[in-house]
Amino acid sequence: MKKVLSTPIKDEDIAAIRVGDVVYLDGYLVTCRDVGHRRLIELGRELPVDLAGLAIFHAGPIVAKDGDGWKMISIGPTTSMRMERFEEEFIERTGVKLIVGKGGMGPRTAAACRKHKALHAVFPGGCAVLAATEVEEIERVEWQDLGMPEALWVSRVKAFGPLIISIDTEGNNLFETNKAVFNAKKGPIIDRICQQVRFIK
Amino acid sequence: MDKHEAKRSLTDIMARFTSYAGKRLPTDVLGRLAALRQGEESKLSRVVFDSMFENLAAADNLDRPCCQDTGVIQYFVKAGAGFPLLGELREVLTEAVRRATREAPLRHNAVETFVEKNTGDNTGLRVPWIDWEIVPGDAVEIEVYMAGGGCSLPGAAKVLMPSAGYEGVVQFVFDVVTSYGVNACPPLLVGVGVSTSVETAARLSKLALFRPIGSRNPDPRAAEMEKLLEDGLNEVGIGPQGLSGNCSVMGVHIENSARHPSTIGVGVSTGCWAHRRGSIRIAPDCASYEILSHKEAVL
Ligand code: SF4
Repeated sequence: MKKVLSTPIKDEDIAAIRVGDVVYLDGYLVTCRDVGHRRLIELGRELPVDLAGLAIFHAGPIVAKDGDGWKMISIGPTTSMRMERFEEEFIERTGVKLIVGKGGMGPRTAAACRKHKALHAVFPGGCAVLAATEVEEIERVEWQDLGMPEALWVSRVKAFGPLIISIDTEGNNLFETNKAVFNAKKGPIIDRICQQVRFIK
Repeated sequence: MDKHEAKRSLTDIMARFTSYAGKRLPTDVLGRLAALRQGEESKLSRVVFDSMFENLAAADNLDRPCCQDTGVIQYFVKAGAGFPLLGELREVLTEAVRRATREAPLRHNAVETFVEKNTGDNTGLRVPWIDWEIVPGDAVEIEVYMAGGGCSLPGAAKVLMPSAGYEGVVQFVFDVVTSYGVNACPPLLVGVGVSTSVETAARLSKLALFRPIGSRNPDPRAAEMEKLLEDGLNEVGIGPQGLSGNCSVMGVHIENSARHPSTIGVGVSTGCWAHRRGSIRIAPDCASYEILSHKEAVL
Protein backbone atom coordinates (compact mmCIF):
# COMPACT_ATOMS: atom_id res chain seq x y z
CA MET A 1 0.00 0.00 0.00
CA LYS A 2 1.30 3.39 -0.96
CA LYS A 3 1.66 5.86 1.89
CA VAL A 4 0.13 9.11 0.62
CA LEU A 5 0.43 12.53 2.24
CA SER A 6 -2.13 15.19 1.39
CA THR A 7 -1.71 18.94 1.74
CA PRO A 8 -2.28 20.73 4.03
CA ILE A 9 0.05 18.38 5.94
CA LYS A 10 -0.48 18.36 9.71
CA ASP A 11 2.17 17.54 12.32
CA GLU A 12 0.44 14.29 13.27
CA ASP A 13 0.42 13.10 9.61
CA ILE A 14 4.20 12.95 9.55
CA ALA A 15 5.15 12.26 13.18
CA ALA A 16 5.61 8.51 12.60
CA ILE A 17 7.40 8.79 9.24
CA ARG A 18 11.08 7.88 9.42
CA VAL A 19 14.13 8.20 7.16
CA GLY A 20 14.12 5.54 4.45
CA ASP A 21 10.32 5.48 4.21
CA VAL A 22 8.79 6.00 0.79
CA VAL A 23 5.77 8.31 0.47
CA TYR A 24 3.73 9.99 -2.26
CA LEU A 25 2.12 13.42 -2.30
CA ASP A 26 -1.39 14.60 -3.22
CA GLY A 27 -2.06 18.32 -3.28
CA TYR A 28 0.12 21.39 -3.70
CA LEU A 29 3.78 21.36 -4.59
CA VAL A 30 5.53 24.68 -5.22
CA THR A 31 8.92 25.01 -6.89
CA CYS A 32 11.34 27.12 -4.90
CA ARG A 33 15.10 27.13 -5.28
CA ASP A 34 18.12 29.44 -4.96
CA VAL A 35 16.72 32.91 -5.60
CA GLY A 36 13.30 32.17 -4.07
CA HIS A 37 15.04 31.32 -0.81
CA ARG A 38 17.38 34.29 -1.04
CA ARG A 39 14.52 36.74 -1.60
CA LEU A 40 12.67 35.63 1.53
CA ILE A 41 15.62 35.25 3.87
CA GLU A 42 18.25 37.75 2.72
CA LEU A 43 16.21 40.36 0.93
CA GLY A 44 13.30 40.17 3.36
CA ARG A 45 10.59 39.94 0.70
CA GLU A 46 7.21 38.33 1.37
CA LEU A 47 6.72 35.05 -0.48
CA PRO A 48 3.73 35.41 -2.83
CA VAL A 49 2.54 31.90 -1.90
CA ASP A 50 1.42 30.83 1.60
CA LEU A 51 3.41 27.64 2.12
CA ALA A 52 2.01 26.65 5.54
CA GLY A 53 1.33 22.91 5.44
CA LEU A 54 2.47 22.62 1.80
CA ALA A 55 5.44 21.11 0.00
CA ILE A 56 8.26 22.79 -1.93
CA PHE A 57 10.37 21.28 -4.68
CA HIS A 58 14.00 22.27 -5.29
CA ALA A 59 13.62 22.17 -9.05
CA GLY A 60 13.76 24.23 -12.22
CA PRO A 61 11.24 22.85 -14.69
CA ILE A 62 10.73 23.04 -18.44
CA VAL A 63 7.16 24.31 -18.94
CA ALA A 64 5.26 25.05 -22.14
CA LYS A 65 2.44 27.51 -22.82
CA ASP A 66 -0.84 25.65 -23.12
CA GLY A 67 -3.66 27.98 -24.18
CA ASP A 68 -4.11 30.41 -21.31
CA GLY A 69 -2.23 28.17 -18.93
CA TRP A 70 0.94 26.16 -18.66
CA LYS A 71 1.89 22.56 -19.14
CA MET A 72 4.64 20.74 -17.26
CA ILE A 73 7.04 19.13 -19.75
CA SER A 74 9.89 18.08 -17.52
CA ILE A 75 10.63 18.68 -13.84
CA GLY A 76 13.43 17.07 -11.89
CA PRO A 77 15.09 17.80 -8.57
CA THR A 78 18.21 19.89 -8.23
CA THR A 79 20.85 19.58 -5.50
CA SER A 80 19.17 20.47 -2.19
CA MET A 81 22.43 21.25 -0.41
CA ARG A 82 22.61 24.59 -2.25
CA MET A 83 19.65 25.76 -0.15
CA GLU A 84 21.19 24.64 3.17
CA ARG A 85 22.20 28.19 4.06
CA PHE A 86 18.58 29.35 4.01
CA GLU A 87 16.45 26.32 4.79
CA GLU A 88 16.41 26.46 8.60
CA GLU A 89 14.95 29.95 8.63
CA PHE A 90 12.80 29.17 5.60
CA ILE A 91 11.07 26.33 7.46
CA GLU A 92 10.56 28.48 10.51
CA ARG A 93 9.15 31.44 8.60
CA THR A 94 6.90 29.60 6.11
CA GLY A 95 5.61 26.57 8.00
CA VAL A 96 6.42 24.38 4.99
CA LYS A 97 6.09 20.69 5.90
CA LEU A 98 7.79 18.81 3.09
CA ILE A 99 10.92 19.75 1.18
CA VAL A 100 11.69 17.69 -1.93
CA GLY A 101 15.02 17.69 -3.72
CA LYS A 102 18.10 15.70 -4.60
CA GLY A 103 20.86 14.50 -2.27
CA GLY A 104 20.82 15.30 1.42
CA MET A 105 20.78 18.47 3.49
CA GLY A 106 22.89 19.50 6.45
CA PRO A 107 22.59 19.63 10.21
CA ARG A 108 20.82 23.01 10.34
CA THR A 109 17.97 21.79 8.16
CA ALA A 110 17.80 18.58 10.20
CA ALA A 111 17.52 20.64 13.40
CA ALA A 112 14.74 22.74 11.88
CA CYS A 113 12.86 19.62 10.73
CA ARG A 114 12.97 18.40 14.32
CA LYS A 115 11.98 21.66 15.91
CA HIS A 116 9.22 22.66 13.48
CA LYS A 117 8.13 19.14 12.41
CA ALA A 118 9.01 18.95 8.74
CA LEU A 119 10.51 16.39 6.32
CA HIS A 120 13.13 16.42 3.59
CA ALA A 121 12.67 13.85 0.83
CA VAL A 122 14.48 12.80 -2.33
CA PHE A 123 12.79 12.44 -5.69
CA PRO A 124 15.03 10.23 -7.90
CA GLY A 125 17.32 12.55 -9.89
CA GLY A 126 17.07 12.57 -13.66
CA CYS A 127 13.51 11.21 -13.61
CA ALA A 128 12.04 14.45 -14.90
CA VAL A 129 9.46 13.10 -17.33
CA LEU A 130 8.08 10.73 -14.70
CA ALA A 131 7.69 13.69 -12.34
CA ALA A 132 6.02 15.80 -15.03
CA THR A 133 3.41 13.10 -15.64
CA GLU A 134 2.50 13.26 -11.93
CA VAL A 135 1.63 16.96 -12.15
CA GLU A 136 -2.12 17.36 -12.71
CA GLU A 137 -2.12 21.07 -13.34
CA ILE A 138 -0.01 24.17 -12.95
CA GLU A 139 -2.45 26.45 -11.11
CA ARG A 140 -0.41 29.62 -11.16
CA VAL A 141 3.07 31.05 -11.34
CA GLU A 142 4.64 33.76 -9.19
CA TRP A 143 7.89 35.71 -9.46
CA GLN A 144 8.02 35.06 -13.16
CA ASP A 145 10.59 37.83 -13.44
CA LEU A 146 13.13 35.25 -12.22
CA GLY A 147 12.80 33.23 -15.43
CA MET A 148 11.48 29.75 -16.02
CA PRO A 149 13.78 27.75 -13.72
CA GLU A 150 13.58 30.08 -10.69
CA ALA A 151 9.94 31.18 -10.76
CA LEU A 152 7.52 29.71 -8.19
CA TRP A 153 5.35 27.22 -10.07
CA VAL A 154 2.32 26.28 -7.99
CA SER A 155 1.34 22.79 -9.11
CA ARG A 156 -1.40 20.40 -8.08
CA VAL A 157 0.05 16.90 -8.02
CA LYS A 158 -1.38 13.40 -7.71
CA ALA A 159 0.58 10.48 -6.22
CA PHE A 160 3.75 12.49 -6.72
CA GLY A 161 6.74 10.31 -5.94
CA PRO A 162 8.46 8.14 -5.00
CA LEU A 163 9.61 10.48 -2.23
CA ILE A 164 12.33 8.89 -0.16
CA ILE A 165 12.51 10.45 3.29
CA SER A 166 16.04 11.66 4.01
CA ILE A 167 15.36 13.82 7.11
CA ASP A 168 12.49 13.03 9.50
CA THR A 169 10.75 14.97 12.27
CA GLU A 170 13.20 13.64 14.85
CA GLY A 171 16.07 15.15 12.89
CA ASN A 172 17.48 11.81 11.69
CA ASN A 173 19.54 12.38 8.55
CA LEU A 174 19.89 9.48 6.09
CA PHE A 175 22.63 11.03 3.93
CA GLU A 176 24.76 12.01 6.95
CA THR A 177 24.54 8.42 8.20
CA ASN A 178 25.41 7.07 4.74
CA LYS A 179 28.34 9.47 4.41
CA ALA A 180 29.87 8.16 7.62
CA VAL A 181 29.47 4.57 6.38
CA PHE A 182 31.05 5.36 2.99
CA ASN A 183 33.99 7.14 4.62
CA ALA A 184 34.61 4.27 7.03
CA LYS A 185 34.60 1.72 4.20
CA LYS A 186 36.75 3.73 1.85
CA GLY A 187 40.13 3.72 3.67
CA PRO A 188 40.78 -0.02 3.74
CA ILE A 189 39.63 -0.43 0.13
CA ILE A 190 42.04 2.28 -1.05
CA ASP A 191 44.90 0.67 0.90
CA ARG A 192 44.20 -2.70 -0.70
CA ILE A 193 44.09 -1.28 -4.24
CA CYS A 194 47.27 0.75 -3.66
CA GLN A 195 49.16 -2.48 -2.94
CA GLN A 196 48.32 -3.59 -6.46
CA VAL A 197 49.22 -0.48 -8.47
CA ARG A 198 52.87 0.00 -7.55
CA PHE A 199 53.87 0.33 -11.20
CA ILE A 200 56.72 2.76 -10.53
CA LYS A 201 59.59 0.69 -9.33
CA MET B 1 24.53 17.09 -54.30
CA ASP B 2 26.17 20.52 -54.39
CA LYS B 3 27.92 21.97 -51.37
CA HIS B 4 24.92 23.98 -50.29
CA GLU B 5 22.66 20.95 -50.29
CA ALA B 6 25.29 18.82 -48.55
CA LYS B 7 25.49 21.39 -45.80
CA ARG B 8 21.74 21.39 -45.38
CA SER B 9 21.61 17.62 -45.25
CA LEU B 10 24.41 17.44 -42.68
CA THR B 11 22.74 20.09 -40.49
CA ASP B 12 19.48 18.19 -40.66
CA ILE B 13 21.08 14.88 -39.64
CA MET B 14 22.96 16.48 -36.73
CA ALA B 15 19.93 18.45 -35.47
CA ARG B 16 17.82 15.32 -35.40
CA PHE B 17 20.58 13.21 -33.89
CA THR B 18 21.25 15.81 -31.17
CA SER B 19 17.54 15.79 -30.19
CA TYR B 20 17.51 12.01 -30.28
CA ALA B 21 20.53 11.71 -27.98
CA GLY B 22 18.82 13.93 -25.40
CA LYS B 23 15.84 11.60 -25.18
CA ARG B 24 17.21 8.08 -25.32
CA LEU B 25 20.21 6.50 -23.65
CA PRO B 26 22.77 4.53 -25.67
CA THR B 27 22.45 0.75 -25.88
CA ASP B 28 25.50 -0.03 -23.73
CA VAL B 29 24.33 2.30 -20.93
CA LEU B 30 20.86 0.75 -20.91
CA GLY B 31 22.42 -2.73 -20.78
CA ARG B 32 24.64 -1.84 -17.84
CA LEU B 33 21.82 -0.14 -15.93
CA ALA B 34 19.63 -3.21 -16.41
CA ALA B 35 22.43 -5.44 -15.08
CA LEU B 36 23.04 -3.21 -12.05
CA ARG B 37 19.31 -3.13 -11.35
CA GLN B 38 19.37 -6.92 -11.13
CA GLY B 39 22.17 -6.77 -8.57
CA GLU B 40 20.31 -4.52 -6.14
CA GLU B 41 18.51 -6.00 -3.14
CA SER B 42 17.52 -3.12 -0.90
CA LYS B 43 14.07 -1.55 -1.06
CA LEU B 44 15.37 1.96 -1.76
CA SER B 45 17.72 0.91 -4.58
CA ARG B 46 14.84 -0.89 -6.22
CA VAL B 47 12.50 2.06 -5.88
CA VAL B 48 15.08 4.30 -7.56
CA PHE B 49 15.88 1.88 -10.38
CA ASP B 50 12.16 1.36 -11.04
CA SER B 51 11.70 5.13 -11.33
CA MET B 52 14.67 5.40 -13.71
CA PHE B 53 13.25 2.81 -16.10
CA GLU B 54 9.71 4.20 -15.83
CA ASN B 55 11.14 7.60 -16.65
CA LEU B 56 13.01 6.33 -19.72
CA ALA B 57 9.84 4.67 -21.01
CA ALA B 58 7.83 7.87 -20.45
CA ALA B 59 10.50 9.98 -22.19
CA ASP B 60 10.44 7.62 -25.16
CA ASN B 61 6.63 7.55 -25.40
CA LEU B 62 6.15 11.28 -24.96
CA ASP B 63 9.24 12.09 -27.04
CA ARG B 64 10.74 14.36 -24.38
CA PRO B 65 14.28 14.82 -23.03
CA CYS B 66 14.75 12.11 -20.38
CA CYS B 67 16.30 14.54 -17.87
CA GLN B 68 15.40 18.24 -17.68
CA ASP B 69 19.08 19.23 -17.59
CA THR B 70 20.26 18.77 -21.16
CA GLY B 71 23.60 20.41 -20.43
CA VAL B 72 25.85 22.53 -22.59
CA ILE B 73 26.08 20.60 -25.85
CA GLN B 74 29.51 19.21 -26.65
CA TYR B 75 30.73 17.54 -29.84
CA PHE B 76 33.81 15.39 -30.05
CA VAL B 77 34.73 15.17 -33.71
CA LYS B 78 37.00 12.64 -35.36
CA ALA B 79 37.25 14.17 -38.79
CA GLY B 80 38.70 12.41 -41.78
CA ALA B 81 41.22 14.79 -43.38
CA GLY B 82 39.33 14.40 -46.66
CA PHE B 83 35.83 15.07 -45.32
CA PRO B 84 34.38 17.59 -47.78
CA LEU B 85 32.70 19.92 -45.23
CA LEU B 86 35.52 20.11 -42.70
CA GLY B 87 35.63 23.92 -42.85
CA GLU B 88 31.86 24.23 -42.50
CA LEU B 89 31.46 21.83 -39.60
CA ARG B 90 31.42 24.41 -36.81
CA GLU B 91 28.72 26.41 -38.51
CA VAL B 92 26.75 23.22 -39.20
CA LEU B 93 26.93 22.00 -35.59
CA THR B 94 26.01 25.42 -34.20
CA GLU B 95 22.91 25.53 -36.38
CA ALA B 96 22.10 21.92 -35.42
CA VAL B 97 22.13 22.95 -31.74
CA ARG B 98 19.77 25.88 -32.39
CA ARG B 99 17.34 23.60 -34.17
CA ALA B 100 17.53 20.81 -31.58
CA THR B 101 16.95 23.39 -28.83
CA ARG B 102 13.67 24.43 -30.46
CA GLU B 103 12.54 21.03 -31.62
CA ALA B 104 13.47 18.67 -28.76
CA PRO B 105 13.04 21.09 -26.81
CA LEU B 106 16.28 21.36 -24.85
CA ARG B 107 16.68 23.54 -21.76
CA HIS B 108 18.42 26.87 -22.33
CA ASN B 109 21.77 26.26 -20.74
CA ALA B 110 24.28 28.61 -22.35
CA VAL B 111 25.07 31.62 -20.17
CA GLU B 112 27.57 34.09 -21.64
CA THR B 113 30.29 34.56 -19.04
CA PHE B 114 30.98 38.08 -17.67
CA VAL B 115 27.90 39.36 -19.50
CA GLU B 116 26.05 36.72 -17.42
CA LYS B 117 23.15 36.44 -19.83
CA ASN B 118 21.46 33.29 -21.03
CA THR B 119 21.59 33.29 -24.82
CA GLY B 120 18.36 31.29 -25.02
CA ASP B 121 19.44 29.00 -27.85
CA ASN B 122 22.26 26.94 -26.33
CA THR B 123 24.91 28.63 -28.45
CA GLY B 124 27.44 31.19 -27.31
CA LEU B 125 31.13 31.92 -27.24
CA ARG B 126 32.88 28.62 -28.14
CA VAL B 127 29.57 26.83 -27.52
CA PRO B 128 28.62 24.24 -28.66
CA TRP B 129 32.01 23.08 -27.43
CA ILE B 130 33.84 21.21 -30.18
CA ASP B 131 36.85 18.99 -29.64
CA TRP B 132 38.76 18.00 -32.79
CA GLU B 133 40.84 15.11 -33.86
CA ILE B 134 41.97 14.80 -37.49
CA VAL B 135 42.32 11.24 -38.76
CA PRO B 136 43.04 9.70 -42.17
CA GLY B 137 40.01 9.05 -44.39
CA ASP B 138 37.10 11.04 -45.74
CA ALA B 139 34.22 10.25 -43.34
CA VAL B 140 33.49 12.00 -40.04
CA GLU B 141 32.63 10.47 -36.69
CA ILE B 142 30.88 12.72 -34.18
CA GLU B 143 30.10 12.13 -30.52
CA VAL B 144 27.41 14.36 -29.10
CA TYR B 145 27.40 14.65 -25.32
CA MET B 146 25.01 16.29 -22.86
CA ALA B 147 26.12 16.46 -19.27
CA GLY B 148 24.01 18.32 -16.72
CA GLY B 149 25.35 20.56 -13.98
CA GLY B 150 25.05 17.79 -11.39
CA CYS B 151 27.46 15.43 -13.07
CA SER B 152 29.80 18.17 -14.32
CA LEU B 153 30.39 19.50 -10.81
CA PRO B 154 32.59 16.67 -9.47
CA GLY B 155 35.10 17.08 -12.33
CA ALA B 156 38.65 17.69 -11.08
CA ALA B 157 42.25 17.49 -12.22
CA LYS B 158 45.53 17.73 -10.41
CA VAL B 159 49.23 17.25 -11.06
CA LEU B 160 50.90 14.81 -8.70
CA MET B 161 54.57 14.33 -7.97
CA PRO B 162 55.91 11.01 -9.24
CA SER B 163 56.49 9.94 -5.63
CA ALA B 164 52.72 9.82 -5.20
CA GLY B 165 52.68 7.12 -7.88
CA TYR B 166 49.59 5.40 -9.20
CA GLU B 167 48.59 5.13 -5.54
CA GLY B 168 48.02 8.89 -5.66
CA VAL B 169 45.78 8.42 -8.70
CA VAL B 170 43.68 5.85 -6.81
CA GLN B 171 43.33 8.18 -3.82
CA PHE B 172 42.32 11.09 -6.05
CA VAL B 173 39.65 9.08 -7.87
CA PHE B 174 38.16 7.83 -4.61
CA ASP B 175 38.19 11.30 -3.04
CA VAL B 176 36.39 12.87 -5.99
CA VAL B 177 33.77 10.14 -6.33
CA THR B 178 32.99 9.71 -2.63
CA SER B 179 32.93 13.44 -1.83
CA TYR B 180 30.98 14.75 -4.79
CA GLY B 181 29.47 11.70 -6.45
CA VAL B 182 26.27 11.53 -4.41
CA ASN B 183 24.77 14.63 -6.04
CA ALA B 184 25.84 13.60 -9.55
CA CYS B 185 23.04 10.99 -9.84
CA PRO B 186 24.88 7.70 -9.40
CA PRO B 187 25.48 5.01 -10.63
CA LEU B 188 28.21 7.02 -12.38
CA LEU B 189 30.47 6.44 -15.30
CA VAL B 190 33.92 7.54 -14.15
CA GLY B 191 36.51 8.72 -16.67
CA VAL B 192 40.12 8.96 -15.52
CA GLY B 193 42.94 10.61 -17.47
CA VAL B 194 46.56 9.76 -16.65
CA SER B 195 48.99 12.12 -18.33
CA THR B 196 51.33 15.08 -17.71
CA SER B 197 49.40 18.26 -16.91
CA VAL B 198 45.91 19.33 -15.85
CA GLU B 199 44.49 19.97 -19.30
CA THR B 200 45.86 16.84 -20.96
CA ALA B 201 44.64 14.65 -18.09
CA ALA B 202 41.27 16.39 -17.97
CA ARG B 203 40.71 16.00 -21.72
CA LEU B 204 41.59 12.32 -21.60
CA SER B 205 39.26 11.80 -18.63
CA LYS B 206 36.42 13.17 -20.78
CA LEU B 207 37.33 11.04 -23.79
CA ALA B 208 37.28 8.03 -21.46
CA LEU B 209 33.54 8.61 -20.99
CA PHE B 210 32.94 7.95 -24.69
CA ARG B 211 34.33 4.45 -24.64
CA PRO B 212 31.60 1.81 -24.73
CA ILE B 213 30.82 0.52 -21.25
CA GLY B 214 32.50 -2.81 -20.72
CA SER B 215 35.47 -2.00 -22.97
CA ARG B 216 38.94 -2.07 -21.42
CA ASN B 217 42.10 -0.03 -21.85
CA PRO B 218 44.48 -1.94 -24.20
CA ASP B 219 47.31 -1.77 -21.64
CA PRO B 220 46.96 -4.73 -19.27
CA ARG B 221 48.01 -2.72 -16.19
CA ALA B 222 45.64 0.13 -17.00
CA ALA B 223 42.87 -2.41 -17.64
CA GLU B 224 43.61 -4.04 -14.29
CA MET B 225 43.45 -0.66 -12.56
CA GLU B 226 40.09 0.07 -14.20
CA LYS B 227 38.76 -3.16 -12.76
CA LEU B 228 40.22 -2.52 -9.29
CA LEU B 229 38.73 0.98 -9.16
CA GLU B 230 35.37 -0.24 -10.43
CA ASP B 231 35.12 -3.05 -7.88
CA GLY B 232 36.49 -0.87 -5.09
CA LEU B 233 34.04 1.97 -5.69
CA ASN B 234 31.15 -0.48 -5.91
CA GLU B 235 32.26 -1.96 -2.60
CA VAL B 236 31.86 1.49 -1.00
CA GLY B 237 28.21 1.02 -1.99
CA ILE B 238 27.07 4.57 -2.75
CA GLY B 239 24.04 3.10 -4.50
CA PRO B 240 21.58 4.75 -6.87
CA GLN B 241 21.11 8.43 -5.90
CA GLY B 242 23.56 7.94 -3.02
CA LEU B 243 20.97 6.09 -0.99
CA SER B 244 23.43 3.19 -0.57
CA GLY B 245 23.25 -0.10 -2.42
CA ASN B 246 25.42 -2.63 -4.19
CA CYS B 247 26.65 -0.34 -6.96
CA SER B 248 28.31 3.06 -7.17
CA VAL B 249 29.45 3.11 -10.77
CA MET B 250 28.49 1.85 -14.21
CA GLY B 251 32.18 1.59 -14.93
CA VAL B 252 35.62 3.19 -14.67
CA HIS B 253 37.52 3.98 -17.88
CA ILE B 254 41.13 5.15 -17.98
CA GLU B 255 42.67 6.94 -20.96
CA ASN B 256 46.37 7.66 -20.86
CA SER B 257 49.31 9.25 -22.65
CA ALA B 258 53.06 9.24 -22.16
CA ARG B 259 54.02 11.68 -19.38
CA HIS B 260 56.82 13.96 -18.28
CA PRO B 261 59.16 12.07 -15.92
CA SER B 262 58.60 14.66 -13.17
CA THR B 263 54.79 14.73 -13.11
CA ILE B 264 51.68 12.58 -13.11
CA GLY B 265 48.67 14.52 -14.30
CA VAL B 266 45.37 13.00 -13.21
CA GLY B 267 41.90 14.05 -14.28
CA VAL B 268 38.48 12.75 -13.31
CA SER B 269 35.21 13.32 -15.18
CA THR B 270 31.91 11.82 -14.14
CA GLY B 271 28.86 10.94 -16.18
CA CYS B 272 25.50 10.42 -14.46
CA TRP B 273 23.20 7.45 -14.94
CA ALA B 274 21.43 9.47 -17.65
CA HIS B 275 24.62 9.35 -19.71
CA ARG B 276 23.44 11.00 -22.89
CA ARG B 277 26.11 10.17 -25.40
CA GLY B 278 25.46 9.64 -29.09
CA SER B 279 27.89 8.47 -31.69
CA ILE B 280 27.33 8.78 -35.44
CA ARG B 281 29.47 8.18 -38.52
CA ILE B 282 28.64 10.27 -41.56
CA ALA B 283 29.83 9.39 -45.06
CA PRO B 284 31.51 11.96 -47.34
CA ASP B 285 28.23 12.38 -49.28
CA CYS B 286 26.81 14.00 -46.10
CA ALA B 287 23.58 12.06 -46.58
CA SER B 288 24.25 8.49 -45.50
CA TYR B 289 25.13 7.80 -41.92
CA GLU B 290 25.41 5.06 -39.35
CA ILE B 291 24.43 5.45 -35.70
CA LEU B 292 26.95 3.60 -33.58
CA SER B 293 25.70 4.25 -30.05
CA HIS B 294 21.99 3.39 -30.25
CA LYS B 295 20.94 0.07 -31.71
CA GLU B 296 18.01 0.29 -34.11
CA ALA B 297 17.77 4.06 -33.77
CA VAL B 298 15.50 5.87 -36.22
CA LEU B 299 15.94 9.61 -36.57
S1 SF4 C 1 23.21 14.59 -12.81
FE1 SF4 C 1 22.41 13.81 -14.78
S2 SF4 C 1 20.52 12.74 -14.30
FE2 SF4 C 1 21.04 13.99 -12.53
S3 SF4 C 1 19.89 15.88 -12.83
FE3 SF4 C 1 21.93 16.22 -13.68
S4 SF4 C 1 21.82 15.66 -15.86
FE4 SF4 C 1 19.98 14.84 -14.84
